[in-house]
Amino acid sequence: MIRLVLRDLRLAVRAGGGFGLALAFFLIACVLVPFGVGPESGRLASIAPGMLWVGALLACLLSLDRIFATDFEDGSLDLLATAPLPLEALALSKSAAHWLTTGLPLSLVAPILALLLNLPSAAYGSLVLSLLVGTPALSMIGTFGASLTVGLKRGGLLLSLLVLPLYVPTLIFGAEAVSRAAAGQGNVTPLLLLALVTLGSLAVLPFACAMALRGNLR
Amino acid sequence: MTAPLLTLTGLHCSRGGVPVLEDVSLTLHPGEAVVVRGPNGSGKTTLLRTIAGLQPATGGGMVRDGDAIAYLPHANGVKGTLSAAENLAFWAGLHGVDRVDAALDALALGKLRSRRAQTLSAGQKRRLALARLLVTGRPFWLLDEPTDSLDEASVRLFADLARAHLASGGAALIASHVDLGLDARVLDVSAFRPTGTDARFADEAFL
Repeated sequence: MIRLVLRDLRLAVRAGGGFGLALAFFLIACVLVPFGVGPESGRLASIAPGMLWVGALLACLLSLDRIFATDFEDGSLDLLATAPLPLEALALSKSAAHWLTTGLPLSLVAPILALLLNLPSAAYGSLVLSLLVGTPALSMIGTFGASLTVGLKRGGLLLSLLVLPLYVPTLIFGAEAVSRAAAGQGNVTPLLLLALVTLGSLAVLPFACAMALRGNLR
Repeated sequence: MTAPLLTLTGLHCSRGGVPVLEDVSLTLHPGEAVVVRGPNGSGKTTLLRTIAGLQPATGGGMVRDGDAIAYLPHANGVKGTLSAAENLAFWAGLHGVDRVDAALDALALGKLRSRRAQTLSAGQKRRLALARLLVTGRPFWLLDEPTDSLDEASVRLFADLARAHLASGGAALIASHVDLGLDARVLDVSAFRPTGTDARFADEAFL
């Protein structure tokens, strides 16, 4: 499993912009919002938690269709399916690699972009924490969507439609955790619910991914 | 005699819900090779994918150990941005073995070991895919057009490797149009065409 994660990371780095794509998108979204909304700091501060979370979520979505597509196209997926590695572990490794190239860097740069959106300083810790807790769910759910659409030409469109509703709970709890912290309220409950979504998807979705992959490899 | 690596009894295969093969029976013992022949589209790849476990059989019996199979599909499964050695090292690691250098040398890829796979020619990539078979060390080779885009020297090289593999107790099921000069039985899949008109929609439950 670790080998597969390392291979995917190496492929992402070698392909150029493996880490860059999601980060650049997140950066652009967060830089553009103040231009669109206007520079009034109070208004920016009130939408900052939601905007940061939406930006991170869309940045995650951007690279989902590549999770299995390249391996499917060059035949590696058939070989991985016949390798001594269960498909469940394959799905888990793939989503771990996706998280390491998107969710983790997004969480780490989020405080810098939060500055652009004038997020109250009290919420910075909660922002990073909520993204660290929540983005694994985004990667896992996205991997599930990718396994459902593997082998489809232009599956990316269908993938976004399938995955977006599943992303809603993560977004709600994530943004809620940050905005409560920004307002100086306790945010343990949304963080716990966010962790619940992540742990739940990590527990259940690898099996769903494996079933979807088996069906799509036929 | 030792236990067979593959036993097919009246196997039915379908592709995309359309039955393509019926009643395929075959027994493959260690040391034996079978060449699958048939015109394009006759179901050679479907048979191989079914045996590899990538798609379920629609009927009949199949006994084989999935962990004994080294499958070589049409596509090479080679990552262009990794070097030849890195490509093999990944598969070696996944299979828990370390035979990368020996496999590269066996297919005359030693000099190309640190070249990015995307700069290799089609035949060289195919040889890299064949090297993966050696790396896995699995006894049952399931090969789909192994000599695709290989030059004559490489075909001979591969035939020698296949002979050595069979001599060491391995087995091979090879879909190929090229005569490899192996001492192999021939399975002509065009003899297993589905009969009957209603057979076409027998797999209605296909997802």
